[in-house]
Amino acid sequence: MALRQFGAAAAVAVTLALGATPAHAVIEIRWWHAMTGGNNDVVNKLAADFNASQTEYKVMPSYKGSYPDTMNAGIAAFRAGNAPHIIQVFEVGTATMMSATGAIKPVYQLMKDANEPFDPKAYLPAITGYYSTSKGDMLSFPFNSSSMVMWINKDELKKAGVAGIPKTWPEVFDAARKLKAAGHATCGFSNAWTTWANIEQFSAWHNVPIGTKANGLDGFDTVLNFNGPLQVRHLQNLVDMEKDKTYDYSGRGNASEARFASGECAIFLTSSGYYGTVKGTAKFDFTSAPMPYYPDAPGAPQNSIIGGASLWVMGGKKPEEYKGVAKFFTFLSDTNRQVYLHEESGYLPITKAAYEKTKADGFYQKNPVLETPLKELTNKEPTENSRGLRFGNMVQMRDIWAEEIEAALAGQKTAQAALDAAVARGNTMLRAFEKTAK
Amino acid sequence: MEKSVVFNGKLLPYLLLVPQLIITLVFFYWPASQAFWQSFLREDAFGLRSEFIGLENYQTLFAQPEYYKAMLTTLIFSTLVAVLSLAIALLFATQADKKLKAAAFYKTFMIWPYAVAPAVAGVLWIFMFHPSLGTLARPLRWMGFDWNPLLNGNHAMALVVMAAVWKQIAYNFLFFLAGLQSIPKSVLEAGAIDGAGPMRRFWTIVFPLLSPTTFFLLVVNIVYVFFDTFGIIDAVTEGGPAGATTTMVYKVYADGRLGGDLGSSAAQSVVLMAIVIALTAIQFRYVERKVQY
Repeated sequence: MALRQFGAAAAVAVTLALGATPAHAVIEIRWWHAMTGGNNDVVNKLAADFNASQTEYKVMPSYKGSYPDTMNAGIAAFRAGNAPHIIQVFEVGTATMMSATGAIKPVYQLMKDANEPFDPKAYLPAITGYYSTSKGDMLSFPFNSSSMVMWINKDELKKAGVAGIPKTWPEVFDAARKLKAAGHATCGFSNAWTTWANIEQFSAWHNVPIGTKANGLDGFDTVLNFNGPLQVRHLQNLVDMEKDKTYDYSGRGNASEARFASGECAIFLTSSGYYGTVKGTAKFDFTSAPMPYYPDAPGAPQNSIIGGASLWVMGGKKPEEYKGVAKFFTFLSDTNRQVYLHEESGYLPITKAAYEKTKADGFYQKNPVLETPLKELTNKEPTENSRGLRFGNMVQMRDIWAEEIEAALAGQKTAQAALDAAVARGNTMLRAFEKTAK
Repeated sequence: MEKSVVFNGKLLPYLLLVPQLIITLVFFYWPASQAFWQSFLREDAFGLRSEFIGLENYQTLFAQPEYYKAMLTTLIFSTLVAVLSLAIALLFATQADKKLKAAAFYKTFMIWPYAVAPAVAGVLWIFMFHPSLGTLARPLRWMGFDWNPLLNGNHAMALVVMAAVWKQIAYNFLFFLAGLQSIPKSVLEAGAIDGAGPMRRFWTIVFPLLSPTTFFLLVVNIVYVFFDTFGIIDAVTEGGPAGATTTMVYKVYADGRLGGDLGSSAAQSVVLMAIVIALTAIQFRYVERKVQY
């Protein structure tokens, strides 16, 4: 009796569930991201605008924590058979994502299958190159991109008697000594993201390799070789200046960016994405300038590389869902929308048209700070050494490189020994990754 | 004569044990066996390709000089944290056990830090001791002390030890206080009448009578430092500088979660599990003999 009742109830429930499905169901597209604060609002607004622009699809963003948290949540969800459609992955997760054949759907493939108009040449190559195969096929969709710039406290430089913004490393060292003499006893200059600044961006900007095979873009059998004379020389300079705090280390991430906004460090290299914070907190006249270079290095400055995150499409979804994702990407690529995003958030525009339009509107005359990273990225045609980088286990690799840089700065090792060890330990990890990715 | 209360059924005792057994199996043996199995596999992060490689994960692990360094770091870290948190908690407990005004107030406040999550505890200490932002680090630097946990390994170790000890004192304090309150006053009074001073009474009466509590806390604290402290380390130092605060459990976390190397991470957790089981066994075998119940 009870069983029969249950059966009847179940039948009713099933009928209801089926009946409740309208003829034209809204297709839901789940988007996992790692954006907080103002950037979270941007994500929600983009989704709301897209949902309002049509009736077939509904993009549902949800915040999943930090970049590594979001990536791990995506991986765990995939293993449990419940992956979202779109997941935001930071640039260093690129190799891990692209090696997961079957777990992801490459963007160029997605756009082709969905018959969406898509011209890879419309995008800025300095940005999409990072997320494309060596043949130029776009694997993921760039979302928030930034580059590294040198932030300058103009008031303090003036007080210390530094004429003009330093362009080269020797000029920066000089300015730092003057700043130190003028009262900045704990910090002449500094930087956040130590490996991004002192290994990755430094190498690209000076057109020297980080690893073979175009820094790993051309294959997982890449071998690290950033222990060259120029990188060693730069690290040794930092080590020497750390002793009297002309240079002072600020940790692995960007927690110490506040040293710039508080006025402690008047010269500070970090992401161009710092703009949003610094414009709200700095009580002095600031600007951004291109990263410094060694004038005797041939070809320097070359071009900088990007950081930030891109949107990956997960595999194993229905074609109609992919159609919605493709439409959403077309929506994001719209010139006016890109211009708006760029001017609001400080993220770099991803299409050439958006960059040109922002320029033509005269936006950069009023906000030169926002153009610095674009000038760096487009400074020269990218070379093998400056298209980007793609190493497996990059998240942890950065920690290992940072460990070695810390050992050098603490005086436990010479710069040469530290970079040699960073290369050797990194290569061990690359070989381990190659085995899992074959 | 057969009227004594005995349950005849063979089934009932087992039935009553089942919930406990299920919980143990599901939440301990099952994950542990998974980790054990995973430690013989090589797998990519997405679980798309999986390959049995025997002991290769262990061989690679024991070929890393960093792993031995992590072991040494763990030894230093766990000794410092266990000894300091027990000693300080005992000191506080003996003080709070005295007849004080507002004793209940102190006792309540002493327990609060235990409710703070490890990562939050780490962030609190960072706010105080970050070299350029920390409220307590700046005076240190002004006084001419070059406080720099970002580059100085000893400073970084001191910082994570302080945070981990601070977090654990509340828990130890609670147990020590309960232990102290269960010591009969008559014994202490007898000692006092015989002319033993406060220090002597503490070492010859209180401390031995407290030994079951101390032993229990020792075991719990060892487990705490070995397993529960990675949140603090992650928030405060991320294992740095130059690996100076990378303990074994932090390495498990870093290799598995940040590095996506589940095989090595699993192998490390198996090694860690073996060490903690061995340590606990040794404690029960040798230290417990000195305990007077």
